Amino acid sequence: MDIELSEDMKIMLDTIKRFVQRELEPISRQVEEEDKIPEEIVQKMRELGLFGLAIPQEYGGLGLSLFEECLIYEELSKTNACFRARIATNNGIGSQGIIIDGTEEQRRKYLPKLASGEWTACFALTEPEAGSDAANIKTRAELQGDHWVLNGKKHFITNGDIADMATVFAVTDPQKRARGGITAFIVEKNFPGYRVGTIEKKMGHRGSHTAELIFDNCIVPKENVIGGIRMVGQGFKTAMKVLDRGRIAIGASAVGAAQKLLELSVDYAKQRVQFGRPIANFQAIQFMLADMATQIYAARQILYHAARLRDKMGTSVTKEASMVKLFCTEMVSRVADMALQIHGGMGYMKDYPIERFYRDVRLMRIYEGTSEIQRLVIARELLKD
Amino acid sequence: MNIVVLLKQTPDTESVIRIAEDGRSINTQDIKWIINPYDEFAVEAALRLKEQHGGTVTIVSWGPQRVVESIRTAMAMGADKGVLIDDEALYESDSLGVAKALTAAVKEIDPDIVLCGHRAVDYDHNQRGPMVAEMLGWPHLPLAVSLECDGTTVKIERPVEGGKMILESSLPAVVTMGGSHAVWNPRYASLPGIMKAKKKPLEVKKLADLGLDPSECGEEAAKIRLVSLEMPPERKPGRIINGNLDTEGKAKELVRALREEAKVI
Repeated sequence: MDIELSEDMKIMLDTIKRFVQRELEPISRQVEEEDKIPEEIVQKMRELGLFGLAIPQEYGGLGLSLFEECLIYEELSKTNACFRARIATNNGIGSQGIIIDGTEEQRRKYLPKLASGEWTACFALTEPEAGSDAANIKTRAELQGDHWVLNGKKHFITNGDIADMATVFAVTDPQKRARGGITAFIVEKNFPGYRVGTIEKKMGHRGSHTAELIFDNCIVPKENVIGGIRMVGQGFKTAMKVLDRGRIAIGASAVGAAQKLLELSVDYAKQRVQFGRPIANFQAIQFMLADMATQIYAARQILYHAARLRDKMGTSVTKEASMVKLFCTEMVSRVADMALQIHGGMGYMKDYPIERFYRDVRLMRIYEGTSEIQRLVIARELLKD
Repeated sequence: MNIVVLLKQTPDTESVIRIAEDGRSINTQDIKWIINPYDEFAVEAALRLKEQHGGTVTIVSWGPQRVVESIRTAMAMGADKGVLIDDEALYESDSLGVAKALTAAVKEIDPDIVLCGHRAVDYDHNQRGPMVAEMLGWPHLPLAVSLECDGTTVKIERPVEGGKMILESSLPAVVTMGGSHAVWNPRYASLPGIMKAKKKPLEVKKLADLGLDPSECGEEAAKIRLVSLEMPPERKPGRIINGNLDTEGKAKELVRALREEAKVI
């Protein structure tokens, strides 16, 4: 890697690597079976400072650049996906709305609690009728005196079951909708009328839960609009800015998982003997390994480029962010498929981590904007006047 | 309490070791460097003492600039200060020369207690702790698996042939750490700690700064010279007894091979 890292960053990556090897990977199977990360491990993640990677230093976080954050996600994604998911909402979609568009008071009130991991945040946009078509949300917010009243249902909300606060998007003007009629709110779990509904059973990402959030005449103080009253109606833009940044971070997870899959495959190919020779001697296996490595190499280059571009240019990297999410997540799916093929029957067994990665990485092409949505975004940027 | 930890940077035990062309050193090109694990236990023990009694933890190390990363890691764990003796004269010295330099640095700090690993995982000389203790004229308590200190005395437990020995001494003293990762469970450097570490004071010194002459600790003064290194012989591949034998036949053949070929039974 031709990348000059600061001494800090080298020590951080080294620490994360050791933490993954010693603390996370050994309990990965247990987490799969119990569908829960043990509390003492979450506490160790807090002590390590993993919840505040992207939160600015003045609010108790590390204030890493997106590029640096990506390097950490790469390492953290070399094990069970639930660990990254556990911290991702505090670092990303759950806190970024406040970081990007929040008022100074909101930042001071919420960010330190999220940076320390004392509180968990979540991001509540998706609804049963509004997935890719996010502007079609039905949750309503009406101003009644000094508070808002929210009614509606969100689903597929990562960390929804354990969240202490949610960034919730609701319609404040049904005529305008995405063009000035959607507003972002900070909703705390103890606000009256807030409730966690069904927790979904999923294909992968065990240990990380996705829940339904129900707002039943939920009372939210007037000032809890992200960015304050002047931002009423501007929530959709906030959502898009938050997702834009997250797309690059997901690319980093894809690259990290793919790298681990390649390493596991190389090791396995060298030691698995068939027809009297290690299978690594067979060209069919060699070609798969070569393709995996080449695709990872390419994906990592666009990831690093886009992350650094965003660090330099701010939010104007929509096209590149979508390209990174599209390419890296499609790449890791292909890599996982080849890794499974190289491992053969063993790869299909739960004794090996391959089948878990195979299930976990499949979600990457879906959440925070499907591959198809990414293509639409890229095309729109290309064709706009 | 004024605590010093002697820290050596060693190759990661998972690194692939290759002998360099000179036949008496290792190829350092692809080596990943870490804090000697036993010294890492010493850092952990020092931080626990500091948490109990207050005071400062100073890391004293020697070697080239790459060692700074290990000192910073110890600072990120919670150590307060660092001293690196970076002097080319030391690169060809023996344990005694290194111990002289470390002793001089320790004397400047004048601590209540010095902690370090009982050995380093690279050369396994087991000499640094006892030599420094001798030169300071302090007692040396070796192979600690536990450490208690009330500010005036120190008490350790050390294993002996499956049993346990309890040693006690007045301060100042040198304690060398035994045990394992599971015994000491050294803390991780937290990410905020890593960012703060770069602001902590780290002094880089030459031998002259410590009032030493290179001829006292360098190559000329060395009593031991590392003459050559050899890789362990490559392990022969295993043999699977198969043929067209049934279980009894295989067992018979195995016993014969163990007795006549391997000569182990």
